[in-house]
Amino acid sequence: LSATPEIPKEDGRPKWDNKFQYILSCIGFAVGLGNVWRFPYLCQIHGGGAFLIPYFIALLFEGIPLLHLELALGQYLRKGSLGAWNTISPYLGGVGVGSWMVSILVSLYYNTVLTWVMWYFINSFQEPLPWSVCPLNENRTGFNEECHESTAVNYFWYRKTLNITPDIAESGKLQWWLILCLAACWAVVYLCTIRGIETTGKAIYVTAIFPYLVLTIFLIQGLTLPGATDGLIYLFTPNLNTLKNPRVWLDAATQIFFSLSLAFGGLIAFASYNPTKNDCEKDAVTVAIVNSMTSLYASIPVFSVLGFKATTAYWDCLDRNIINIINEFDLPEESIMRQNYTSWISFLNSSYPEKIAGLKLKSCDLQEFLDQVPVSGTGLAFIVFTQAIILMPGSQAWAILFFIMLFSLGLSSMFGNIEGVFTPLLELQIIPKSAPKELLSGIICLISFLIALSFTLGSGSYWIDIFDRYAGSVPLLVIAFFEVIGVVYIYKIKRFSKDVEWMTGRKLNLYWQIAWRFISPLLLLIVFVAFVTLQMQKPPSYTAWNPKYEGFPMKEEKVYPPWVQAICVLLAVLPCVCVPLVALFHLVKQKRRSKNPSFVSPEVFSCQEANS
Amino acid sequence: MLRTLLLTLSVVAIAHAELCKPDAQNAFKVRISIKTALGDNAYAWDANEEYLFKAMVAFAMRRYSSKSTTQISNVLLCNVTDRVSFWFVVTDSSKNVTTVPGSEVEAAIRMNRNRINNAFLLSDKTLQFLKITSTLSPPVEPSTPVWLIVFGVVLCLIVAGIVFLVVSGIQKHNKKNKESTERENLEEKVEVTLENGIPCEALDLKAGHINGVFAADDERFTSL
Repeated sequence: LSATPEIPKEDGRPKWDNKFQYILSCIGFAVGLGNVWRFPYLCQIHGGGAFLIPYFIALLFEGIPLLHLELALGQYLRKGSLGAWNTISPYLGGVGVGSWMVSILVSLYYNTVLTWVMWYFINSFQEPLPWSVCPLNENRTGFNEECHESTAVNYFWYRKTLNITPDIAESGKLQWWLILCLAACWAVVYLCTIRGIETTGKAIYVTAIFPYLVLTIFLIQGLTLPGATDGLIYLFTPNLNTLKNPRVWLDAATQIFFSLSLAFGGLIAFASYNPTKNDCEKDAVTVAIVNSMTSLYASIPVFSVLGFKATTAYWDCLDRNIINIINEFDLPEESIMRQNYTSWISFLNSSYPEKIAGLKLKSCDLQEFLDQVPVSGTGLAFIVFTQAIILMPGSQAWAILFFIMLFSLGLSSMFGNIEGVFTPLLELQIIPKSAPKELLSGIICLISFLIALSFTLGSGSYWIDIFDRYAGSVPLLVIAFFEVIGVVYIYKIKRFSKDVEWMTGRKLNLYWQIAWRFISPLLLLIVFVAFVTLQMQKPPSYTAWNPKYEGFPMKEEKVYPPWVQAICVLLAVLPCVCVPLVALFHLVKQKRRSKNPSFVSPEVFSCQEANS
Repeated sequence: MLRTLLLTLSVVAIAHAELCKPDAQNAFKVRISIKTALGDNAYAWDANEEYLFKAMVAFAMRRYSSKSTTQISNVLLCNVTDRVSFWFVVTDSSKNVTTVPGSEVEAAIRMNRNRINNAFLLSDKTLQFLKITSTLSPPVEPSTPVWLIVFGVVLCLIVAGIVFLVVSGIQKHNKKNKESTERENLEEKVEVTLENGIPCEALDLKAGHINGVFAADDERFTSL
């Protein structure tokens, strides 16, 4: 017992410097790469503006209630995910363990995506940009064959960056340039998370606000590009027929869920550093709405640029045809322009049909270029967007800005992931209290770096796809489901409502009660079942980049070998299985205790748990 | 006299017409895109430009074979279109009414391509010799790749930041240790009445301690 009295609230737990830091951290965690490269893609394939309807319904009934639940939980119990779920009920401790495992798995592969972003960033300082020209082949008679058959941008991504193998079973070797960038990325993460929220709280001011600045710059630039309006009209024209397809609703629900970074434990950790008397309801609504607005805001420059790219491709097609015609008929230069192309073509077709047929002109249609296979994820950023950047004046500056923006977006999400790993470990006190926090964060970053080295192999990007599809999807749905059920039916909703009312200072709205009790668990169950059913319908396959494939440059569709499929199942099942396992473990312990009544559980007398 | 002159001229003209025509042996087609290259500064293609072209080809042949026998009159142009495109052929003055082999002409042009392009302010793409492919220039590669330099800068900044934070953390830690040991030494000097090891002042204060066993907050634990 110390000489100075301890006020219960001053428990030495780190806290946010101000409320803005906390809100910014939650927003930064939620707003990530998916807002830029998944949401616009979903809008495009699911009927443009019409997609916003299921999206906002999902936000209202799934996103906001779950977000409020997690923030309130963390804030009231003032513990990370492991401690919080143990406090709710030792039987639910598995939920915390599952969250923690998912955070680890996602941190591993997410930072490798940031490695790729960093690689592109440091390559953007050259003139000309390395992905704009094909390298020459050995005897300098022409361009490199692989590059020539596909495009320079594809070549730079698949060969110069990933050095990808044609099959997931072929691991290839470690790519030293990626190892360097990976080390730098983990060093950046260590730098920012070195003392937990003390340092991330300062870093978040930059990493959370900077992307918005760059998005605005891109918005202004994008809208001035020719063809931007075509792209935007194409994106936002609603096609209400798509709403009949249940796939659209499923995609909306999953997008909201994964976009808000729920069930990672990171949000609980962030909220646990708050003072308990804080309006978590307003925070939840704010964060969710800002996240969705950011998705919408980001899709505008993305689609302006895509529209610009399609228009440029269309003009190139026209120009190529015009040059062919001029050369064939020896007409003076600039006699056929884009505007009078159609009239010239009809005139020439009527007068010299054989010659025109002999030229084998490609038909140029703007709609066709806009309809070109919509891309999401890394394909959008590293192939489509980089190609569009080459066409803009001052491409180096745009490339640098774009990749710094992606890096900040990803980094602020990494803070949340790392916090989801760091806070529970800190509470478990696996390192002695005298040891500095810097040591724990250093150990986490070092071990993660060593494991993530496996993603720098030739087959690394195939593995990252697997992690993204299996570790970062199904377990989260399961954990979130158990979160809601646990709080509502085991901790009891009445008690939780009282806790929230104590924190916010006002009575809980009926909307929250209904959402938590019925709608959210039901929605989660439906989404989970639908998601798993869809995944099981076809054998899990992937597309491989194989220069020796006949259909090259199309990617080759391959099925995962059985051992890889086993790993996929393991990744998806391991975090989920923690929930019943821990419950079983406690059940067995309880049974043993009830057989031996003299053995009293130390939990009843643990004073420090009540006050920490 | 006049008649013989006219006759020789017409023979020469016919011979030239025979030698230079589209798809003739050893003839090359040239395509020029002045407006594409120069835009508003485009010049018109007229007889003077044709003269310059003949001069450049003659120059190229002289430089290549290093015999000064090729004259401007040896280069024949024909079929000039509005495009601008035309055919040309190089005659051999030593042998009557024959053309220089295409391979020689090709090699000569290739050797002096840069000079020819620059004379017309054009490039390989805008002054095309249709059968003659241009050699691609090797890309300029600096000794250290640029990305490595940028990477070095970025890494140095990061490492500097980490070192700074770690050092400041250690300093803060040492300061705290020193402060707590100072405080302990100070407290040892002050005499405090103790009751059960607890200083009496502490017991009088309002905050006190909460004994967890008897905490009224037993709602925190759910019934097992």
